[in-house]
Amino acid sequence: MAVEVRIPTILRSYTGGEKLVTTDGATLRGVIDALDAAHPGLAERITDESGLRRFMNVYLNDEDVRFIDGLDSAVADGDSITILPAVAGG
Amino acid sequence: MRFNSLLDSVGHTPLVGLPHLSPSANVRLWAKLEDHNPTGSVKDRAALAMITQAEKDGLLQPGSTLLEPTSGNTGISLAMVARQRGYRLICVMPENTSSERAQLLTMWGAEIIWSPAAGGSNEAVRVAKQLAEANPDWVMLYQYGNPANPTAHYETTGPEILADLPTITHFVAGLGTTGTLMGVGRFLREHRPDIQIVAAEPRYGELVYGLRNIDEGFIPELYDESILSSRFSVGPRDALKRTRELLDSEGIFAGVSTGAILHAALGIAQRVERAGGEADIAFIVCDGGWKYLSTGAYEGTLDEAERALEGQLWA
Repeated sequence: MAVEVRIPTILRSYTGGEKLVTTDGATLRGVIDALDAAHPGLAERITDESGLRRFMNVYLNDEDVRFIDGLDSAVADGDSITILPAVAGG
Repeated sequence: MRFNSLLDSVGHTPLVGLPHLSPSANVRLWAKLEDHNPTGSVKDRAALAMITQAEKDGLLQPGSTLLEPTSGNTGISLAMVARQRGYRLICVMPENTSSERAQLLTMWGAEIIWSPAAGGSNEAVRVAKQLAEANPDWVMLYQYGNPANPTAHYETTGPEILADLPTITHFVAGLGTTGTLMGVGRFLREHRPDIQIVAAEPRYGELVYGLRNIDEGFIPELYDESILSSRFSVGPRDALKRTRELLDSEGIFAGVSTGAILHAALGIAQRVERAGGEADIAFIVCDGGWKYLSTGAYEGTLDEAERALEGQLWA
């Protein structure tokens, strides 16, 4: 179950500067747990006790997971996950 | 159509079908041509509404100074309205925006204060808030939190679309200030409870997300997640590809943010088509391509155009 995760600049200190890491998991929660096992401390920058942190957006194949099943969103082999901080547009 | 003045002509834009890009006769795409507004973008609606509301609220006197953080279109629209109503306008704009935007702002009489490229519009908002604090007599309309912004779309864009397309099933627009999606979305949900409201959010280069810490993130005060059905992140390559397709297949010359919106709209259209369903999908053409000619978006290969947009605020 290989899944590619794009790490934003602000969190790359946890991945030794890597932009793109490969991990696995059946749900987004599983993916984040696997990421944290490989890169300790990363999970708590993405989630808090309420779920995803307010200013963190996670996209599964370009769709915002808050509109799928949040941390319970099912992840399949070959999926791509992008983590990005919320910034202003307009 | 006859109007008493340019400002009276804001809105009333055409909704045109896309016979070539629509997947079938059962799944159809419709483009709301907001580039037909006086300054050529959807932002004329919000700018006119915000200034008119501020006048009603007694916040503005002749000669008042307006201040606004903007990556371009809102500033251009405000400048057009402000000039006719007799106000001075100062725009705080990120350095990484197309040169046409600065030329147009200056042409309509606005003054520009540049904010650093790193951090994109986040920085423009931060700088504008500091300036507003230091200059209490300036009026910041603040498009990200001003209820007149979505109200303009609730009262005009939404009703126009529903009148032209009573069979609408999906509405797709860009997510910036969130004003268009919140206003049109609320209106359409009241009249078509089963409608899908879909956001297309531009995904910029890394420079724009260069926050110092995650608590500096920004969510517009206007944003209400419950209005949306789904939200897609669209990168520059898909946005450019769709911008060119819209031009090649349908003859519509739109800006790059419209390509991002079309990408999301086509994704939905293909999903419905595969499931054998029916859909009438309306999406917003935010502006024409004129302001982006200098970015190289319409020339050379996609690779070249994508490289040229790196680090730019293209939406």
